[in-house]
Amino acid sequence: MKRERSDWAHLIRLGGLLVLGLVAFVFIRPLFIPEGFGVYGHYRAGAILDGRDHPLEYAGRADCEMCHSDVVDLQEERQSSHRRLSCEGCHGPLAAHAAAPDDVRPVLPDITPACVTCHEKSAGRPPLVPQVEVRDHSGGEACSSCHVAHTPGMF
Amino acid sequence: MDVPRRQFLVESGRWLMLTGVAACAYEAMLAGQPVDAEYEMSDHWWGMLIDVDKCIGCGLCVKACKEENNVPDSPYYFNTWVERYRVQLADREHPLVDSPNGGADGFPALEESDDERVFFVPKLCNHCIDSPCTQVCPVGATFRSPDGVVLVDEKYCIGCRYCIQACPYGCRYLDPRTHTAKKCTLCYHRIVKGLTTACCEVCPTGARQLFDLKNPGDPIHAYLREHPVQVLKPQLATGSKLYYANLDGTVR
Ligand code: HEC
Ligand code: HEC
Ligand code: HEC
Ligand code: HEC
Repeated sequence: MKRERSDWAHLIRLGGLLVLGLVAFVFIRPLFIPEGFGVYGHYRAGAILDGRDHPLEYAGRADCEMCHSDVVDLQEERQSSHRRLSCEGCHGPLAAHAAAPDDVRPVLPDITPACVTCHEKSAGRPPLVPQVEVRDHSGGEACSSCHVAHTPGMF
Repeated sequence: MDVPRRQFLVESGRWLMLTGVAACAYEAMLAGQPVDAEYEMSDHWWGMLIDVDKCIGCGLCVKACKEENNVPDSPYYFNTWVERYRVQLADREHPLVDSPNGGADGFPALEESDDERVFFVPKLCNHCIDSPCTQVCPVGATFRSPDGVVLVDEKYCIGCRYCIQACPYGCRYLDPRTHTAKKCTLCYHRIVKGLTTACCEVCPTGARQLFDLKNPGDPIHAYLREHPVQVLKPQLATGSKLYYANLDGTVR
């Protein structure tokens, strides 16, 4: 039995629409996929690089040592128990100073609060760091009246 | 034209292979791969070792992290923080935990007591190999990099907070300034330059140590041969690379 054309004409239209849709999909899809997406996984490869530009705040002890060899030499000579500490743990972040020492002049830390951070006696602190009951030990005086920050030992 | 069946198969196989290779090469060329002459991602596999017995709870790591990574300066946002555990010997199930301002200003001094054991536990992103947080992201804005660091793509993060809920360790937050998820990056900007993280830099006792498992010279290999370590919530099989030594079982 021969069918009338009107019986299947809508199928052609439907098929055409499908093909059109497919073609449109193929061309439009890449516009929405960010560059580098999928290279390493389900994310933008460039995102790995983005975070690397973040500026440094902490220069690291090795940097300080290059210019402040006097401090380091003194610590080594006296075998100071602070010779392994990070300079910036007490002095705060100084990458800006290390990059331009003449423009950025560091403010010297307030000595007593700095010492108390590590040396105040408290339950749970391992004996790795010698601890003192600050109030009894210093009698309210600044730590600097008896200790020197870089070489805190008594001798 | 008369082509024997055998020759046809060989010939078409060759062409198929060639087009495959060409397509891969083209893809790699277009990909815009991160290029950094000094730092090859495939040569590194980062993690961190925390020795609980060495932590004195001074909080310098928390402060340094906030400075280095521009973390909002309020007591709700931390990339790393320190918890003080007070385990009551009579009731080990319910340790008292405090972390005033994340431990950034240290902890209020505590009297020694015979009834409890007190210790400090630094926490941060576990940089899991199979992290739940990266799996739930609907837009592919958070991921584990080929060198093993879990990062956030700030440009594509839509701030939906799924990852914050998914992290079993509570290591993520929504930055109130950008409305994007933020977390510990393991100081990615530092480690690619050969520096250690800000928290490890200032730690006075070496309680925190960055390690690179793909570096044969890293002391971590000798350490792991001789010491037991464990991860938090191992039952979740997240592949955490934050190894704890001397960790008490009460820590969650
Ligand atoms: C490029 C060389 C250089 C580097 C690197 C450097 N400094 Fe300095 N620093 C200087 C100079 C120069 C001065 C000024 C000395 C002076 O005027 O007596 C100075 C001054 C200081 C002062 C103040 C001294 C005072 O009497 O007020 C401190 C503290 C200091 N540096 C700490 C550091 C720390 C911590 C680091 C590591 C992050 C560091 N510096 C890295 C060159 C450097
Ligand atoms: C334990 C904390 C601490 C550490 C660690 C430390 N400093 Fe200091 N530093 C101080 C304090 C406190 C002062 C201020 C001295 C004072 O007030 O008597 C100071 C002063 C200085 C000065 C001023 C001049 C002087 O010598 O007194 C320089 C320069 C300096 N520090 C550099 C360094 C460098 C470089 C390092 C790392 C090798 C370092 N500091 C590590 C606490 C520290
Ligand atoms: C970042 C933590 C930290 C800070 C801040 C700090 N110390 Fe220390 N201090 C230590 C550590 C760690 C040791 C012991 C190291 C060791 O024994 O190997 C130590 C040892 C000492 C000792 C014993 C010295 C000896 O040779 O027996 C004294 C005294 C001391 N510190 C005084 C101070 C004073 C004073 C300050 C303030 C300027 C200060 N500390 C700041 C970490 C710190
Ligand atoms: C009046 C002088 C004086 C002042 C002020 C002082 N100290 Fe001391 N400190 C000493 C003497 C003396 C010793 C060595 C004798 C000893 O071990 O008790 C010492 C030892 C220490 C030790 C080593 C203890 C040990 O067990 O090895 C630490 C830590 C310490 N002081 C920290 C501090 C801190 C922190 C401050 C500031 C709050 C401070 N000191 C202020 C005189 C002082």
